[in-house]
Amino acid sequence: MQSELKIKEKEIAVPGEVLATGLEFIPGAGVYRDNEFVRAGRMGLVSIEGKVIKLTQLNGQYIPKMNDKIIARVIDVLMTGWRFSFDSPYSAVLQLKDASSDFIGRGADLTQYYNIGDYVFCKITNITSQKLIDITMRGPGLRKLQGGRIVEVNAFKIPRIIGKDGSMVGMIKQATGANIVVGQNGSVWIDGSPDMELIAIDAIRMIEAQAHLSGLTDRIKAFLKEKTGKDVHPVAAPESEERDERSDSDGGERRDDRGERRDFRPRRDFNSGREQRFRGRR
Amino acid sequence: MKSSKSYKERFDKRGWEECRPMTAKVGIIPEADGSAMFQVGNTKALAAVYGPRDLHPKFMQNPKTGILRVNYNMMPFSGHGERVRPGGSRRSKELGLVIENSLMPVLNLKEYPNSVVDVFIELPQTDAGTRCAGIVAASMALAHAGLEMTDMVAAVAVGKVGGQLVVDLTYDEEAYDGEGGATDLPVAVLPNSGKVTLLQMDGGVSREDLKEAVEMAKRASMQIYDLQKKALKESFTEVQK
Repeated sequence: MQSELKIKEKEIAVPGEVLATGLEFIPGAGVYRDNEFVRAGRMGLVSIEGKVIKLTQLNGQYIPKMNDKIIARVIDVLMTGWRFSFDSPYSAVLQLKDASSDFIGRGADLTQYYNIGDYVFCKITNITSQKLIDITMRGPGLRKLQGGRIVEVNAFKIPRIIGKDGSMVGMIKQATGANIVVGQNGSVWIDGSPDMELIAIDAIRMIEAQAHLSGLTDRIKAFLKEKTGKDVHPVAAPESEERDERSDSDGGERRDDRGERRDFRPRRDFNSGREQRFRGRR
Repeated sequence: MKSSKSYKERFDKRGWEECRPMTAKVGIIPEADGSAMFQVGNTKALAAVYGPRDLHPKFMQNPKTGILRVNYNMMPFSGHGERVRPGGSRRSKELGLVIENSLMPVLNLKEYPNSVVDVFIELPQTDAGTRCAGIVAASMALAHAGLEMTDMVAAVAVGKVGGQLVVDLTYDEEAYDGEGGATDLPVAVLPNSGKVTLLQMDGGVSREDLKEAVEMAKRASMQIYDLQKKALKESFTEVQK
């Protein structure tokens, strides 16, 4: 049979739909071969790269992946760690060694570090075939999220909310002055003045609804200008998300430290941590 | 079997192979992961998909794959005659199971061990053909939920009323008590492969009639499939606007 493409780039494909005929085209993610047909294996947006046909998923549950940075909520305190939920069929476990470089003795009260209901920004380090998930708090920008509010969005729209090198979310941060953390599981944490938080939420909802459209950056820019009166530029925050967060969290945590409570310690504190551990043994 | 046909014209003046007017819409329930509505004549089915999500009770979990769980519910004042007692019944349990079995061949839930995909089918208004309408709506809702599927599932009831083979029976036709009586045959078809995933029968037909009836169902289900495709594509182009 002659190889022929039956669908155009950026069109929506429906399960079972013939995307191409013949043996020339290669099925990529979400696509399968059925003899001489290349068919859609789920619903999604078609993208064609040379001879490979792929589908980008548009809707559905977040499926955890290695190295994803997510916003998770403590749902249980375990013997040597915490269990987190993050809007997925599965839950994740944070072990003590991945949580803090402090020495935590046997029988210590783990709720002092993370209590049930607390939100954290963390990274997935391991996933087994049975979807047992490990997360860590070690890494730039990873921290406990205090105050603020969480909005849930479609996890498949997150890349658009972050924008190229974090430009979209950078723009919202600039305009509203709010601190924003975007988790790849579809949770977005916003902390700022209440009116600005609401504007940030509106902007995020707008991105979510129009994620397919081009020229979205300009529309968000105009929207932010109209609401906040601030003129922002999308390129002003390239890759700055993580660095921002780190400096924020380091500074921020120290400022509102309540003396007895240390939630996040940067890893470079290794030496003092060791001293402390030593003290603990004695 | 008698060759005389006592059923000369359909009660609603349709052609023998003509379906009732159909409409389909996707994304009707914002809180669900996937949702769809399918209406054929006076039969209306709403389907909502939740999941994959954590499965309880735990003994139902399968460590090799996720499972599908279908809940079929006919609302109390939805149809002709008696009020349907609210809540589950022997009938709704059976229909949940057959709908599940008709959808499962296209679904791949291997990526989601120990989890469940819940499908809730609600029928606010019924005039026969509810399991078929439910399958059509549920299949759209599952696709809308972004699950891995090899094909859609289209379903329609065919049957023999008063000696005449017909497609998409109404309640009046199912209840036909003239000469020849009525046979009702719900069929679910995978439109791209032509495979049959549901075939039930209430009544009796000859072998030849059964073959012809299944062919009629396949032809009718292609129309339904076109509608499903259109509704699914529209649901995302609307988002784009």
